[in-house]
Amino acid sequence: MSRYFTEDHEWVDVDGDVGIVGITEYAQSQLGDIVFVDVPEEGKELAKGDEAAVVESVKAASDVYSPVSGTVIDGNAALADTPGLVNEDPEGDGWFFKLTLSDADELNELMDEVAYQAFVAKL
Amino acid sequence: MRYLPLTQSDREAMLGVIGAASIDDLFVDVPEAARLDGPIHDLPMHASEMAVERHMSALARKNLTAGEAPFFLGCGAYRHHVPASVDHLIQRGEFLTAYTPYQPEIAQGTLQMLFEFQTQVARLLGTDVANASMYDGSTACWEAIGMARRITKRGKAILSSGLHPHYVSVAKTMAKFTGDVLETATPSLSADTDLATLIAAIDKDTSCVVVQYPDILGRIADLTPLADACHANKALLIAVVTEPVALGAIKAPGEMDADIVVGEGQSLGVGLQFGGPYVGLFGCKEKYVRQMPGRLCGETLDADGRRGFVLTLSTREQHIRREKATSNICTNSGLCALAFSIHMTLLGEKGLRTLAEINHHGAVAAAARLSQVPGVELVTPTFFNEFTLKLPQEARPVVRSLAERGILAGVSLGRLYPGEASLANGLVVAVTETTSAEDVETLAAALEEILA
Amino acid sequence: MSINASGWRPEAPVAGGKASPTVTGNKGLMLEEALIFEIGDSETTGVDFASSPSPLRGAGRGEGPSGTSLGSLARTAPIGLPGLSEPETVRHYTRLSRQNYGIDLGFFPLGSCTMKHNPRLNEKMARLPGFADIHPLQPVDTVQGALGVINELAVWLTKLTGMYGVAMSPKAGAHGELCGILCIKAALEARGEGHRKVVLVPESAHGTNPATAAFAGFTVEDIPATAEGRVDTAALKARLGPDVAAVMITNPNTCGLFERDMKAISDAVHAVGAYVYCDGANFNAIVGRVRPGDLGIDAMHINLHKTFSTPHGGGGPGSGPVVLSEALAPFGPLPFTARYEDGHLALIEEETAGDEHPHTFGRMTAFHGQMGMFTRALTYILSHGADGLRQVSEDAVLNANYILRSLEKTLDAPFAGSGPCMHEALFSDNGLADGFSTIDVAKGLIDEGFHPMTMYFPLVVHGAMLIEPTETESKAALDQFIAALRSVAERAKAGDISLKSAPHFAPRSRLDETLAARKPVLVWKDPVLAQAAE
Repeated sequence: MSRYFTEDHEWVDVDGDVGIVGITEYAQSQLGDIVFVDVPEEGKELAKGDEAAVVESVKAASDVYSPVSGTVIDGNAALADTPGLVNEDPEGDGWFFKLTLSDADELNELMDEVAYQAFVAKL
Repeated sequence: MRYLPLTQSDREAMLGVIGAASIDDLFVDVPEAARLDGPIHDLPMHASEMAVERHMSALARKNLTAGEAPFFLGCGAYRHHVPASVDHLIQRGEFLTAYTPYQPEIAQGTLQMLFEFQTQVARLLGTDVANASMYDGSTACWEAIGMARRITKRGKAILSSGLHPHYVSVAKTMAKFTGDVLETATPSLSADTDLATLIAAIDKDTSCVVVQYPDILGRIADLTPLADACHANKALLIAVVTEPVALGAIKAPGEMDADIVVGEGQSLGVGLQFGGPYVGLFGCKEKYVRQMPGRLCGETLDADGRRGFVLTLSTREQHIRREKATSNICTNSGLCALAFSIHMTLLGEKGLRTLAEINHHGAVAAAARLSQVPGVELVTPTFFNEFTLKLPQEARPVVRSLAERGILAGVSLGRLYPGEASLANGLVVAVTETTSAEDVETLAAALEEILA
Repeated sequence: MSINASGWRPEAPVAGGKASPTVTGNKGLMLEEALIFEIGDSETTGVDFASSPSPLRGAGRGEGPSGTSLGSLARTAPIGLPGLSEPETVRHYTRLSRQNYGIDLGFFPLGSCTMKHNPRLNEKMARLPGFADIHPLQPVDTVQGALGVINELAVWLTKLTGMYGVAMSPKAGAHGELCGILCIKAALEARGEGHRKVVLVPESAHGTNPATAAFAGFTVEDIPATAEGRVDTAALKARLGPDVAAVMITNPNTCGLFERDMKAISDAVHAVGAYVYCDGANFNAIVGRVRPGDLGIDAMHINLHKTFSTPHGGGGPGSGPVVLSEALAPFGPLPFTARYEDGHLALIEEETAGDEHPHTFGRMTAFHGQMGMFTRALTYILSHGADGLRQVSEDAVLNANYILRSLEKTLDAPFAGSGPCMHEALFSDNGLADGFSTIDVAKGLIDEGFHPMTMYFPLVVHGAMLIEPTETESKAALDQFIAALRSVAERAKAGDISLKSAPHFAPRSRLDETLAARKPVLVWKDPVLAQAAE
């Protein structure tokens, strides 16, 4: 399994043709206390860069873009009741949705962990 | 200039601190061609309090005041008696001169009031939740249609023929710019509402059905079958209440499973004021709250664990979401919401029910008397405090000649539906606790004379 | 001799004693107040009726004398509306009011909100029965005085702005913005140029601007600001083209600066066939000194509560008339008033629009606009007159510059070098100690007895503090505020930890907004019933 990152602070874990998407530790620290998350429904077709989810803190609402193209197979239902999971464990239990990738080549355009950390360090 | 505290020597001292030679130096960034060198011509100069009072009073005297005449107008604005303490309390400077409660630690008065208002409105409308108010009923109605579009992701709204024509106009205006498709119809002078027609019109493209209750002619009908039909097609039912006092006597739309209930709250606390400011009521089912427009007040705790209130879910709103906001609405109608809430608190459930009964009873008696006038027919057998009469001739000139006799007789349907010949003889008459039996008799007698 | 038997003996006051917590939670004049749902009940009412209605015939609220029936529609289930007697009601709301800050109480320097004194003559005039107790659908012959108020105010607004016409019906500023944008859209469509889809909005704009443009179906594009805090005119001109419908500009802008290039921008916008919308939120800075019409503006809303002193009322009601250029006026909304030569006033509605106003985009609200606000605004305008209104903007601008120059050495003022400010002074949180931000300064000001400034707006400045004193404040009031803000700012720069938990002396300490948003409690639920349901 490998993890990829976007410049918009999403991560995607890829295992075979299934990806799990969330937002990064850096993103959650910038947003502050998350109060609401809207994840996509199963079956939704997403192109890379599409608005896939919404994450809200008290004073900000942000769109989460899909790092890759694919079809949503699951949304993290736990976030409806406990959006704070995104703060506590953004790169684990606070995942947003799972999808089946339609074009694995898109992953080549994303950053690996080292590149992302370097990217964040410059912000 | 009684509102300006700076003295000339203050001004000079301040210019010194600023380092400017004159006030003109502070306006240097204004292009020279656009600078006015003195007061704008042909406008009057400042005036004393007494002079202004004289001028305004002279204008006020040119109006025929509802309180001076037998008065029967409704159709979206109703004359009710407002207890003196309501107006006294809303004029307390801490309410009157406060801003939107963005600093909750020093705005708990407004916030707690809004929380109480939201609860009162939700209970009155029979909805799970309500917001902190909208501009008025007509704009609340449009916002509800927009909300139904966001929820259902469909763009066709069906508007009942019994919906206030000005509300329909507002929706049509807005729909022109959003691309929503509105199906509208003109009412007929009959006893029946258009519920059956509406039910037949719902399909899989329908975002919502909008129905007024009581409707523009005063008719009431059980909305439950309509709600069922909407839900069978995954459409929403929006109910519009222009006379909230009615809900002290008749079932709330929320109790009949309406998804969104909006209303005009003017009847309680606000007064006629020639059409504004009024207060829009907006309630809905809890599951739709994140798609709701307008401000919301919510309960929370302070750092010391004490209960307090804040504006919440503000990420829906324009100042954060900007072009993605649920609405561009910015203000609510705070002070009118306060007046509504105080009046409702004074009434309580017992008072509201009594008030509703007096209204209904008076209207029933008035309808009985007026339909005895030769040639006059009661169109609407089922109503709350407003009913429609069919006159033997066009109602508009009749209303005008009654006004010349100092009687404000009701709203002629010709005024609301210009050019609709089938409605021209219709007169909508509202009766509230402010209407006396003598008023009804005066109107009946005058009608008999004019129609003879 | 006789001994004082009462036992009361005056003593010298003792200072420094530590207070015990009170059982009520009250602190002297700071009184806690429960919710009406906790103190009222459904059997109490504070209203007496002339007579109780005799029950209608039939079951309960059943059949009436003429066969009228509410039938199965009678509301039988409890509604849950508590009532209070009049004294309890007066006390409840009086206590609540005392937990609010208002302009009557003190300085309210909310930038961009223009919290000025609300003259009580306005309130008195609005309550004259001739204005307060008339119905919007009365025959027009019976409301000539009301139409006269609307007409007279309309004349003032057009002359003060140098514009051609005015739409009076919008219910608030944001509604007025919508009105202006809808006029622009209708005008474009009438020209067959409905394909123009882009509205340019500077990044310092109020959030309502992009929200309004998006609502009307336009695509919003940001225009950057220059380092001096004004619109980047070159960037704006470069973006103009045949797809641009309008530019929305706030002038004076939200950084408190006058847009020097406004006329040149308008000319460039007009040259490509687009329109200029001006957000008039800050008109108070220029009223009587500059007419937007002279700057090439096509539409501008006027917040009557800002410039013309109608009360904010804790968040409305507002009123947002929109002045329009000759190009846009034909498309304005219904209804409006027209004065005939004989002095008679008409109300132009759908019925007569065909002859008088055929290009209108339609109706925006049920009736004629915020009449109660019109009477207040006209009362204010007549009180000030043309000379007084000019003095208003001069004093407002003078006060803001006095604050800017008095505080620029204490707080970072990013645009202090951009020339004089207009009605408001902008500072940033630059220079505060690590971990301290604008909110800490704001909450510290609360403890000093002031309402805080506008925080974190405009977005172009980090940790913005936007201070608008208005013409209402005396020099003494400004000096007191300046001293207080200096002290709080110095504490924030020094990292005074007590600021992080401020306010300490308000009815509530900092409230948990995260809790409120995560589990929204928007209506009161009876805890007993709620527990039983679980």
